[in-house]
Amino acid sequence: MTIRNMAYIVGAFEHPTRHAPDKSTPQLHAECAVGALADAGLCAADVDGYFCAGDAPGFGGMSMIDYLGLNVRHVDSTETGGSSYILHVSHAAQAIAAGKCSVALITLAGRPRSEPFGRTAGGAPETPFESWCGTTTHNSYGMCAARHFHEYGTGPEQLAWIKVAASTHAQHNPYAMLRDLVTVEDVLASPMISDPLRRLDCCVVSDGGGALLVVAPDIAKSLDRPLISVRGAGEAVKGPMGGRNLDLTISAAARSGPAAFEEAGVSPSDIKYASIYDSFTITVLIQLEDLGFCAKGEGGRFVADGNLISGVGRLPFNTDGGGLCNNHPTYRGGITKVIEAVRQLRGEAHPAVQVPNCDLAVASGIGGSLGTRHGAATLILERQ
Amino acid sequence: MADPNFRKLPPPAQAPEDEPFWAAAAEGTLLIRRCRSCGDAHHYPRAICPYCFSSDTAWQASKGEGEIYSVSVMRRGANAPYALAYVTLDEGPSMLTNITACDFDALSIGQRVAVRFVPTEGGPPVPMFTPIGD
Repeated sequence: MTIRNMAYIVGAFEHPTRHAPDKSTPQLHAECAVGALADAGLCAADVDGYFCAGDAPGFGGMSMIDYLGLNVRHVDSTETGGSSYILHVSHAAQAIAAGKCSVALITLAGRPRSEPFGRTAGGAPETPFESWCGTTTHNSYGMCAARHFHEYGTGPEQLAWIKVAASTHAQHNPYAMLRDLVTVEDVLASPMISDPLRRLDCCVVSDGGGALLVVAPDIAKSLDRPLISVRGAGEAVKGPMGGRNLDLTISAAARSGPAAFEEAGVSPSDIKYASIYDSFTITVLIQLEDLGFCAKGEGGRFVADGNLISGVGRLPFNTDGGGLCNNHPTYRGGITKVIEAVRQLRGEAHPAVQVPNCDLAVASGIGGSLGTRHGAATLILERQ
Repeated sequence: MADPNFRKLPPPAQAPEDEPFWAAAAEGTLLIRRCRSCGDAHHYPRAICPYCFSSDTAWQASKGEGEIYSVSVMRRGANAPYALAYVTLDEGPSMLTNITACDFDALSIGQRVAVRFVPTEGGPPVPMFTPIGD
């Protein structure tokens, strides 16, 4: 695939200000976006890809996508300093050529004259309104769980089954931080951290890391390793978006999941193994619903009674023990989800948890904060 | 009863875009932002509407009442316990906040609440909420 003649620049806008003490940096980004869209004759609803670099305040693109109210299926915050936006044009063309977006918005803005280094530079637009709330991952995800309980009658014993399944698998992983099998009762007896999430609903904190290599088909075929292909992928970012019709029971995986399955041409019922990012038990439950393994609100019943345990249930998940029992390096569990899915597809998982004839797997994750701004990414991986 | 002043709160960072919000907060008024183009209100406030990208947005005084959309009481760690919540204002938007000056064990989704500005250290007060009568 080439990017030649696959993408065109249709909007360009240079902000007229040279001194903006009366505006915020996100506001300048937004004004630039308005200008470029007007130049192109497009509107914000047409934008399905967003690109920004280190000048964008906040956490990657998540703060700006939430500030702008965008609904994108492709996000890229590659940072290469002042050259970032030239590189972004190239990355946008690649994404458009691959069908991952069709209208890519790239913004840059800043106020070094009005806001010298060390003052509030880099502050996310939501910071003034949220920094004093005491938001942690625990209470952010706790609010999502509380609302899911309220709307669908989900209960703590159902969430506990997710931990039970993870611990069942972790028994066989000599590297797992927590190798003891736990019961639903053990989870319910653990201390409350932030209602309704208890200690055993939370993932571990660990040092560590991981790496992946993704290569061209001819190189893959020249190597003496099983062929694990990326069959489909989806991504999305979700935030409160101004607080209209807030719904904490739905994650961005409700868009990343269906996009990945559609590209792969398979459905959740075809999946043999699932790596689901398990920062908390509720993270798994909401993703399983959003990925389409069960209907919204049915997650509690779906995960109960060992349905996620390899060799027992319908959907073996996180057979390394996951973040709940094995490993959560530097508070970021996405890469270990892909690694265990690759082990399963190669047939290299522990024999006690290896899924027979595992040829199709999903790896899905939620990053950021589920109760505020978060990103979701879903991969469909296949052994050929 | 939790003491609303028990937690030491750092002053909120302020951006030029938000100055009227904090000036009103100091007077005990909660401002939200409403778009004159599409008519919808949002929070936190933006100069450009997150729903229609119009720059024709304006401040509006909220009545400061609403209901708890969701709440989670932090039981461990620094400053615990405190109650993180989303409150859906009667004017429409839901906002991230804290529920304070209440029995944390008696909080529930759907409960009616009213704004209660809580002092910060050296900055304007911040809009938390407290339960009001049935």
